[in-house]
Amino acid sequence: MAMPADVPSADARYFGKLAEGIFEIPRCRTCSRHHFFPRVCCPHCGSQDLEWVAPAGAGVVYSSTIVRRPGGDYTVCLVDLQEGPRLMSRVVDIPVDEVRIGMAVRARIDQTTEGPLLVFIPEGARS
Amino acid sequence: MVIDQQRGAVAILGTGLAGLGHAGGRTEQEIIAQASCRAVEQSGLRMKDIDGIITSSLTSPWWVMRMAEYLGIRPRFSDSTMFGGSSFIADLKIAAMAIAAGECENVLICYGSTPRSVPSSSRINQMRAELDPQPYEHPYKPFNPVSSYALAAARHMHQYGTTRQQLAEVAVAARQWAQLNPDAFSRDPLSIDGVLGAKMISDPLTVRDCCLVTDGAGAFVVTSAERSRALHAKPVYVLGTGHAHWHRQISCMDDVTVTPAVDSGRRAYAEAGLRPSDVDVVELYDAFTINPILFLEDLGFCKKGEGGAFVEGGRIAPGGDFPMNTNGGGLSCTHPGMYSIFLIIEAVTQLRGEADARQVRDAEVALVHGNGGVLSSQATALLSTSL
Ligand SMILES: [Zn+2]
Repeated sequence: MAMPADVPSADARYFGKLAEGIFEIPRCRTCSRHHFFPRVCCPHCGSQDLEWVAPAGAGVVYSSTIVRRPGGDYTVCLVDLQEGPRLMSRVVDIPVDEVRIGMAVRARIDQTTEGPLLVFIPEGARS
Repeated sequence: MVIDQQRGAVAILGTGLAGLGHAGGRTEQEIIAQASCRAVEQSGLRMKDIDGIITSSLTSPWWVMRMAEYLGIRPRFSDSTMFGGSSFIADLKIAAMAIAAGECENVLICYGSTPRSVPSSSRINQMRAELDPQPYEHPYKPFNPVSSYALAAARHMHQYGTTRQQLAEVAVAARQWAQLNPDAFSRDPLSIDGVLGAKMISDPLTVRDCCLVTDGAGAFVVTSAERSRALHAKPVYVLGTGHAHWHRQISCMDDVTVTPAVDSGRRAYAEAGLRPSDVDVVELYDAFTINPILFLEDLGFCKKGEGGAFVEGGRIAPGGDFPMNTNGGGLSCTHPGMYSIFLIIEAVTQLRGEADARQVRDAEVALVHGNGGVLSSQATALLSTSL
């Protein structure tokens, strides 16, 4: 009996695309809602009829903290995407104490030594 | 079979503590066993009468088998579901269901850990992260659990105008209660400025907004209310319990200012037939200073957004009109990884009138509320001296 072809996990699909510089999230064809983190079933309605779509990249900072570590301070934020889902990320390219709740931000993919990382920059800033 | 979750169907008998603060070389199994032996003895029972056991561990998935083995218990009923720090209040409901179903008669609930005397190695911390992967949060290096609670605190401040001074009031009140409790770990004076000026960990939370890391073990025994009267002069009745969880990761929480305590509390009040105004003493899991503020709101002691103002002016401190976290809490008494077992033990101590210098006068009804994960699991119970 032939083995079924490998289907990448939602995690592998997401991070594989991110490594190619592409940010995509799942959207449900049944209820039309997006979700994050990526799953094989829609957390809003339970449907497995999902598609990957590219969000606009626009978001708003929902909450933010500055993590104070010996190696240097950095932000950890919750960002609400225009499409609805919330995700954890980091606002970069501005001083950590200038990140504000309610700030409009735009997604950017940074390739780091630890892998691709989705970060956000202030809306209007040059990437 | 439909299990009738009767109000007050079970009661808490004896309680035990061991190894609080620094276990002095004893292992976690040893201090849990010491606390358990005390709890069983104070229940008017012998270890062979224990036919149910509930315990859990932050590290070992085999924990209930290891503890039963250690104590020589061959349980008819056992459970080890992990609800983080809220586990031991959630376990009250599990014990009540097991007893009501006739699965067992006398349930030992116990927990302990020694993170102060034996700090987790970076290897253990790495293993824990790998066993509970969060690939959409870990890359951003939140200093968890602090950073997740900091995100909730920052949003609460933004949305409702809650201030860092109001957060600090929670820590200062906890310290004042701890100064009345000889078992408490941190008893030095602490001021609002002392909290605000302490080392910042994850804004807006300083190290004094964060719970302790101490050793400690606790245990208690649950049996049917009917049997309890023959065994103990002062059984403490479990009038109602509620448990709820909606998320695991902070990024999956709809509104970080509204916790599943709204559900756990509603279920516990409904089963008990009580309202917030019926409660004499309140023990809320204070892993961080924002937590009690959120829970006071979600459990109906004040409106959403008013928790900061509620705790102002020493209201929750000794001498205030709202006695809360009377042992000094996780902030100043003890916090060995998971804390909620100590909320129950303190509530029982208060309801029995055995709290000495910190005794709340005429305490007849206590509310205990446990939190687990990052505001993830919420468990509430209403306890009383009478049915
Ligand atoms: Zn759907």
